Order: sequence, then C-alpha cells, then structure tokens
Amino acid sequence: MDIVIASGKGGTGKTTVATSMALSVPNSVYLDCDVEEPNGHLFLQPDIEKKETVYRSVPEVNCQLCTYCGECARLCEYNALVVLKSQILVFKKMCHSCGVCSYFCPEKAIYEIDEPIGSCRQGVVKPEYIEFVGGSLAIGEMSAVPLIAHVKGHSKRHKVNIIDAPPGTACAMVEAVRDADYCLLVTEPTPFGLHDLKLAVNVLGIIGVPFGVVINKVKDEINLIRDYCNSNEIEICMEIPFDRRLAEAYSKGIPTVKIYPQMRERFRDLIIKIEKSINTISYTAGDVSQKKVRESKEIIRD
Amino acid sequence: MYNKSKNLKGKVMRVAISAVDNNLDAQVDPRFGRAGYFLIVDTDSMEFESISNPNINAMGGAGIQSAQLVIDKDVVSVLTGKCGPKAFEVFQKAGIKIYEDIEGSVREAIRTFQSKKLSPSEMAGGKPHMSIS
Repeated sequence: MDIVIASGKGGTGKTTVATSMALSVPNSVYLDCDVEEPNGHLFLQPDIEKKETVYRSVPEVNCQLCTYCGECARLCEYNALVVLKSQILVFKKMCHSCGVCSYFCPEKAIYEIDEPIGSCRQGVVKPEYIEFVGGSLAIGEMSAVPLIAHVKGHSKRHKVNIIDAPPGTACAMVEAVRDADYCLLVTEPTPFGLHDLKLAVNVLGIIGVPFGVVINKVKDEINLIRDYCNSNEIEICMEIPFDRRLAEAYSKGIPTVKIYPQMRERFRDLIIKIEKSINTISYTAGDVSQKKVRESKEIIRD
Repeated sequence: MYNKSKNLKGKVMRVAISAVDNNLDAQVDPRFGRAGYFLIVDTDSMEFESISNPNINAMGGAGIQSAQLVIDKDVVSVLTGKCGPKAFEVFQKAGIKIYEDIEGSVREAIRTFQSKKLSPSEMAGGKPHMSIS
C-alpha cells in the first residue's frame, strides 16, 4: 500500500505526519521523495547501509554518422537540441530524457549516455526496523522527477509505504503522487494553507488518486479548512492541535510521536482507516482499472 | 554587372532583428527568445521577411529555438535588446555576431548597424531563466 503525504503549501507538516506514520506501524517503509530538500533522515536517524548514484539518460551524438538533417531538433519537445550546418548542440539542462531524438534519428547517430543527477540512500531505523529510502538531488539539477521515480522504485509491495512528497503542485509532486493508493494532504488553517490546498485538490482530482485532509496547527474553533472540506465533501482524516512543544521538538529533530507516544495510536488508526477506504473504493465507485486488477486477483485466489 | 544586394562574397547581407511588430517601423523587441516577431532584413535593399515568433509561449528553451529559427534563415548578424545565455551560446557556435542593447525602430537600428558604430557582444546580457520541469 502506497500512502503519499503531500501538501500544496510548504511547511505545513508533511514530514511531521509522514515520520509519525512510519513510526506508528510495524513493517513500514519511509520514502523521502522531497529530494530537493530531504529532511526525513533528521527525524528517523536511520543507519545508512547503502548509497547509490542515480542517473538519467541524455543524448550524445556520433558526429561521424550525423548528417545534420535537423530531425532531432524538430522533434524535441523541450528545445534541448540545436542543429547547425556542421555541428549539433545538446543542452543537457533542457533535456527531459524522453528518448525521442535517439529513437527517431534516421542515421542512428544519437545514443544515450548516463548523466548523474543525485543519490539515493537506503537504511534501517532502529529499534522499530523501519526501512528508510531517501533521495538527494545534486545541486544545479533542473528536474527532480527521475530521482523521485527511482526512490519510489524502492517501495515494497506488501508493506506500508509512506511517501514523503515534495511541496507544491508541479511535476515533482505529480511524480510522487501518481500511482499511489491514497494521498493525505497536510494543510494549516491559514488563507495560504487553504489556497494551496485547493490547488492540490484540483491536481489530485485530475490524476484520480483518492485523498483526505490532515489539518495541522489547529488553534481555534473556527477553521477555514474545515469549512472548505465540509462544503466540498472532502474527508478530514485528522486534526493536530497547535502545540509549542511539538514545534520545539521538531526544531531538535524529535518526531511528534516520541513527544506524545499516545499519538501513535491515532496514526495507526489513520492508516487502518485508509486501508479500509482503499478497499471500498476499488470495490465500488473506484475506476475501472483498479476494479479489474482486484477482479483478476480474486480469480487467481479462487 | 555588380549586384548591389550582395556583398563581396556574393552573399546577401541578412540581419535578424527582434521586433514587436511585423514592419520596419516597429520598435525593436527588448527580448530575443520571446520577441513578438523576427525581421530578416537585407541591409542593402532593405527588403525584409517577417516571421511571427512561434516560441513566444514556449515552456523553456525559447531562446534556443528562436536562435535555430534565425540561423536557418542564413543571417550573419542579430540585433536585439537582450539575448539570454543559451541563445548566445548557439550564435557563438554558429559564428553569428550578436548586437545587444538595441533600441528604437528597426529602420533606425539598421541605420546604426550600417554606420558600423556598434560592437558585438562578447558575453550574454540576460540571466539564465529557470524552466518549469
């Protein structure tokens, strides 16, 4: 089961919620997909066992075969190639590694080479034995998407995968969220929190990932997020009260559930609730593909 | 007979200018990559071709594409307000001279260019832009 913790606005408590969830159930996998500024490791303190470099493909031109026909530059959706009379320029920073140029080159003069974009660390959080995977994007890299895809590749099928997504609603967030079973949108009861929540809700509606809302830093009885969710029939999965002790602990890298151990139960219940809702979604109103997958599984079981 | 519209190499002197409109009295567009139009002008006869810039709303790499566009028109020089670093690199590799900080109408710009008072840029004037990826 893949649960993504995302938010439109940054600094609302994605990592607080994600690390707490990972620490609240046995056999969880925590995947830090906020690769531009990863910080999950500060709270979980994993013992790192493996570190690998992550690459993406960029085109390289064999000038002996190239006829400078310009087909690659015409086809490139991202304007990464320029063909002059007797030379060809590759702007690697513009390249999205789609592979169109090498696929369609009539002379087969373009091949792909690996370009390092960052690293991925794997480890274990003791004593809970949570699996930790965290990506870290190299400085100056334009796109986090291939690295996020790599980190997500380490999720385990039969475990609870907690995916800590990058903030915002752009490509990186979409990459972290897509194909997930459920998405928790963490927000705060401020006008900015509401504004960016609406953006995130729109994105998830388009991608078709079921979601619920966690309201963090709740202070007053009147709460604009609650009003928005109620009038749009969006489920509020959890409310976390504003608490100075939690903020202080956060600043020292202490996870929320270590300050209030009784909160583990709330996070555990949240995960159980999500698991149940995923099952009902795919049985009833869920989209056809999910339903088909489930049906085929049942046939195998029978 | 000596053809006036050709220079000594027998090649037409063609210059690309970024412009806000499609005629010689239009103002020079201060941006290169996302300029409204490119006028390809034969500086001797003042005959020109105007191209509406298809890269004006490109997600990223507008400068690169615009550079490719004018290079394919066989120009020898480019007159514009500011040229970003990627387009600049393309022009340098292609051996095309770039004249930046050009203001006023296209006609005036060509007159100044012909007076040889301008000196080509050696470094890109604009800062690199972040593309949303």
